Amino acid sequence: MSDSIPFVNYLVLGDDPHLVAQECKACGARFFDRRNACAGCSGTEFQSVDVPTQGELRTFTIVAFAAPGIEVPFVSGIVDCGGTSVRANIVNVEPSPEHVKLGMPVKLTTFPIGKDEEGVEAINFGFEPAA
Amino acid sequence: MASEDVFILGIKMTKFGKHKELDTVDLATEATLAALADGGVTMKDMNIISAGNLMGGALPIAQVIQKACGQTGIPAYNVSNACATGATALRVVGMSIKAGESDFGLAVGVEKLAGAGLLAGGSRKSDGKSWERSGRYGAVAGVDGRIGTDIMPGVFAQIGMEYGHKYGGANFELFAEISRKNHFHSTLNPLAAYTKEMSLEQIMGDIMIAYPNTRPMCSANCDGAAAAVLVSGSKLKTLSQQQQRRAVKVSASILTSDPYEEACQVLPNVNTLTRAAAKQAYEQAGVGPEDLDLVELHDCFATAELVHYDNLMLCEEGNAVDFFKSGATWRTGSMPVNVSGGLQSKGHPIAATGIANVWEVCHHLRGEAGPRQIEGAKVGLAHVIGLASACGVHILESNTA
Ligand SMILES: [Zn+2]
Repeated sequence: MSDSIPFVNYLVLGDDPHLVAQECKACGARFFDRRNACAGCSGTEFQSVDVPTQGELRTFTIVAFAAPGIEVPFVSGIVDCGGTSVRANIVNVEPSPEHVKLGMPVKLTTFPIGKDEEGVEAINFGFEPAA
Repeated sequence: MASEDVFILGIKMTKFGKHKELDTVDLATEATLAALADGGVTMKDMNIISAGNLMGGALPIAQVIQKACGQTGIPAYNVSNACATGATALRVVGMSIKAGESDFGLAVGVEKLAGAGLLAGGSRKSDGKSWERSGRYGAVAGVDGRIGTDIMPGVFAQIGMEYGHKYGGANFELFAEISRKNHFHSTLNPLAAYTKEMSLEQIMGDIMIAYPNTRPMCSANCDGAAAAVLVSGSKLKTLSQQQQRRAVKVSASILTSDPYEEACQVLPNVNTLTRAAAKQAYEQAGVGPEDLDLVELHDCFATAELVHYDNLMLCEEGNAVDFFKSGATWRTGSMPVNVSGGLQSKGHPIAATGIANVWEVCHHLRGEAGPRQIEGAKVGLAHVIGLASACGVHILESNTA
């Protein structure tokens, strides 16, 4: 029985946590949500592909106001993972423009966000500076 | 048979700001009656109405307006296209005139937004008793704030920062300076929600919402309405000299949505559809960016204004930072942008915005803008973009020549 579950369906846990995209078999467009068809070519066949866990921070913002339960300030960013764009929080870095830099190399990391009443822990992902 | 030319015969916006005593119907009616009076026509002359309102619930706002100030049985189109709602209403009426179905039409946008907090893209749910997946990502809790941000100041901050990363030179101070320009411009606009000049220090030192957008760099949530009466070219010829002289030609009316591109479902791409709309608009109007005397563009955040200089081709591709630094977009510059004060200072009652910015341009083209008149303005462009996404571009030309 599993004591932890991924926060979203496209996160795979285990020894080598990574993201999985749905790739259109016809045009190669990649998506993270449940698909009916492809937004690029209307194709309906998809295959699961692993997304590289290393990437480059293409843009970010430091959010100072958020819904209850969300710690602020936090860094939101878009990471270019070898040509696949991924939206995530940038973690394990001080949330200030002095420390978060456009173009900086980052890598995927996972962390628990809480347990439900049955003790099952939900694991989320983010990207952290890659040394 | 050639399709009809379309002209704006009458147009008005209400004062933007907090209207404690006025509800959605009051504001919409005020703008509607003022636009009809401005055009020298009445509700009985209208052959079509199209209207939008996003925050007032599921009101069929076009019929609500008719019930408030004139039920004549004409077709009513209720439109919803986020921040491009007003532009969409305008375009629906214009299409009907072009198609030869209507001589006159009315477009209205209205919003009660004062006091609204941050506008988020998605809904949030609290963590439940046991994890349960929902939505298209199969998330066990709300993704906003846990996997990036949905709040608009954050989304548009990323859009501006991405431009900075791609081309360099854009930093906090530059974005704040764009905001300083628009707040300065608004001091000449009595209908703006805010009319106070702000220093760079005040703007940068204000409350940070989503870096690099501080509070005054975000569009001002406020109440307001705007309405326009459109007329066909052939009908206009039968009207008075004064009506003809004040009429403003709609040389281009374009609406686009966002085409698929890598990453566009991860961070909205506001560039593709704006550039496409601008290109089509210039072609349709037979003018180029160099012919524009003023531009009202969708500065929902200071970070957005920068990218739209480029998208609307007001500058060379990749050159928006230098273009702004040259002073071109101040009211005294070669390409005045947002002389109304823009969304940051004039305010942004969402569904009204796409008609209010057309009103601003018309005001100058008619030579009626008083102390903030851009002298000799003959051609102007109004741009809006609503996320998810829709982009409206209108090119307007004075009819006095
Ligand atoms: Zn495809």
